[in-house]
Amino acid sequence: MSTVLENLVNQPYKHGFVTEIESDVAPKGLSEDTIRLISAKKNEPEWLLEFRLNAYRHWLTMAEPTWPNVRYPKIDFQNISYYSAPKPKKLKSMDEVDPELLRTFEKLGVPMNERAALAGVAVDVIFDSVSVATTYKQKLAEVGIIFCSISEAVREHPELVRKYLGSVVPTGDNFYAALNSAVFTDGSFCFIPKGVKCPMELSTYFRINTQDSGQFERTLIVAEEGASVSYLEGCTAPKFDTNQLHAAVVELVALDRADIKYSTVQNWYAGDEEGRGGIYNFVTKRGLCKGVNSKISWTQVETGSAITWKYPSCVLLGDNSIGEFYSVALTNHYQQADTGTKMIHIGKNTRSTIISKGISAGRSNNSYRGLVRIGPKAEGARNYSQCDSMLIGSKCGANTFPYIQVHNSTAKVEHEATTSKIGEDQLFYFQSRGIGNEEAVSMIINGFCKEVFQQLPMEFAVEATKLLGLKLEGSVG
Amino acid sequence: MINANATVLLEVRGLRATVAGVEILKGIDLTVRAGEAHAIMGPNGSGKSTFAKALAGHPAYEVTSGEVLLEGKDLFALSPEERARAGVFLGFQYPVEIPGVSNSGFLRLAYNTVQGARGRDELDPLEFDDFVREKMKLLDMDPGFLDRSVNDGFSGGEKKRNEILQMALLEPKLAILDETDSGLDIDALRVVANGVNRLLTPANAVVLVTHYQRLLNYIVPDYVHVMEGGRIIKTGGKELALELETRGYDWVLEEYKGKTGAEV
Repeated sequence: MSTVLENLVNQPYKHGFVTEIESDVAPKGLSEDTIRLISAKKNEPEWLLEFRLNAYRHWLTMAEPTWPNVRYPKIDFQNISYYSAPKPKKLKSMDEVDPELLRTFEKLGVPMNERAALAGVAVDVIFDSVSVATTYKQKLAEVGIIFCSISEAVREHPELVRKYLGSVVPTGDNFYAALNSAVFTDGSFCFIPKGVKCPMELSTYFRINTQDSGQFERTLIVAEEGASVSYLEGCTAPKFDTNQLHAAVVELVALDRADIKYSTVQNWYAGDEEGRGGIYNFVTKRGLCKGVNSKISWTQVETGSAITWKYPSCVLLGDNSIGEFYSVALTNHYQQADTGTKMIHIGKNTRSTIISKGISAGRSNNSYRGLVRIGPKAEGARNYSQCDSMLIGSKCGANTFPYIQVHNSTAKVEHEATTSKIGEDQLFYFQSRGIGNEEAVSMIINGFCKEVFQQLPMEFAVEATKLLGLKLEGSVG
Repeated sequence: MINANATVLLEVRGLRATVAGVEILKGIDLTVRAGEAHAIMGPNGSGKSTFAKALAGHPAYEVTSGEVLLEGKDLFALSPEERARAGVFLGFQYPVEIPGVSNSGFLRLAYNTVQGARGRDELDPLEFDDFVREKMKLLDMDPGFLDRSVNDGFSGGEKKRNEILQMALLEPKLAILDETDSGLDIDALRVVANGVNRLLTPANAVVLVTHYQRLLNYIVPDYVHVMEGGRIIKTGGKELALELETRGYDWVLEEYKGKTGAEV
């Protein structure tokens, strides 16, 4: 069989790395001096330097985790430059952009004015990004929302950053989080004050400096009592980046009755068909439902990166708080993903839902790893987990590693898992009704992922649907 | 309805095919004209289903020799989906379940793809919904079918109705129905058979692959072919089916051996 399927999934990544980077780069290697340099370059206050140094000292005592179900050559952390202020060589007009890339944007339905920015064209030539960003900011400021880069937040709102930074993911939490805490260069900060419902989806598209957030990105989102926000990270367009190692940290804090919805579409370079190159993505994402009746919901669509190590989690501390995790992870060629979530139930009557859809094609390996922990005081806690895997072809792998720890006898935990395969018979059935293989696969995949896509904001859902089709598009003829 | 002057829709000459290296079809000849209904009968393992799937282009069956023309054009030059668009329809013996894909979405995509290939107008979701509901009445189907996943959790009878619904939507020139009667109770059989009858016109044709005479009480064939050992060993009119019902297949085999001296 399977030449058809193989062709189908062997669609090359068409965009490669087109952006040449000239940058202000620090010498390779990591030491306290490097960290002082980063901190000095960014004119940071003393407490933040201390935060970084503490993280670094902790990191030195830690070992790289070996438990994930991924294989890669050992990373030489001294062979990385930890500070770089990239100055992407701007293209002057859309005519200079790789037509293949424009075709991808079109297929994905990326709006016209965003295509320019994403392709690396000097956006002010095409449209006034400053005015867009400004209007956006003004609108948010009217209701008291702060949305800016984390560097700006350190300057403008140091008390808020200091209060919450590292409060969900402590500096010594894990190897990569410690590394990030020591060397992070930029990222996003978002603060929704008491009682405010954010009037729009916050998207990293429109955050100033979004192009320069670098390989150690740091995001902090705080929703005060009764506040709510929906935050979109990334986009379906392929991400250009020359850094191989990425170790981001995202922290979410929800106070009483606050509601944070965090959606990600990740389409980073995944390496070529032989598994060469591609980004290593080691991310720590965690939300703290600190207050009563608070809610944090993670939705992710992961299609890129050579290696993905990522477990967006919820710590359900406040009574009656709710954690949700909806995930689609697609791997192809030699991609490896070890991803899932942690739901830590501490408060009473806390509830969590996990819906994970893993799709493996080519020679890729896709693992779901999830922890559901019910603490001794979590009376009446409930969890429902559903982990479905789909295999395309016969050379890929899918694994599910559920960890369930229950320390309270009133808790109720359910786990369901299925594995299915797109078979030749299914494809033939579509064909016999006039439908070609590509459309058939796309339809099956979208059906498989429906429950997750329904959680995405509308326009993202449409793009994500197209993205999965595109990732599996092939030369079937 | 036999009309010797009608267009030849399907011409099969000396068709041989293998599955996993084993020869199953050993030289089949068959001519189907517009307006005709053919029944292919025969014992288990005689190659009936293989013949049906090979015509539709199932990848597991390798055609080793012979030719098949659809309206004079080489059928094997076409991919399975192109065959469907050109007017070949296979009603599956075991319709495939596709969890997660809604029946309405699937039916609409199939309909629009085939319409598009024939240069006809496609329907948007609302138009299609009206259109498909009309067709479903023909088969006494509950509109609730549209919201379910394709064949997923359908009973045997529901699956077969869904097949004929697809036939009604795609309006094939040549419908090959592989044991559409199996798994149907007598009421469902009548509904399905009536559905098929209403779709037959002087411009199209149907080939029924079946074990049993009972389907042929409802869809009356112009020709009945008996298949055995990968060949058609006897062809007759509708009365042949009745005779097979009472006498079984052995006498046909004996007759064939006597005539040809061949071992089957």
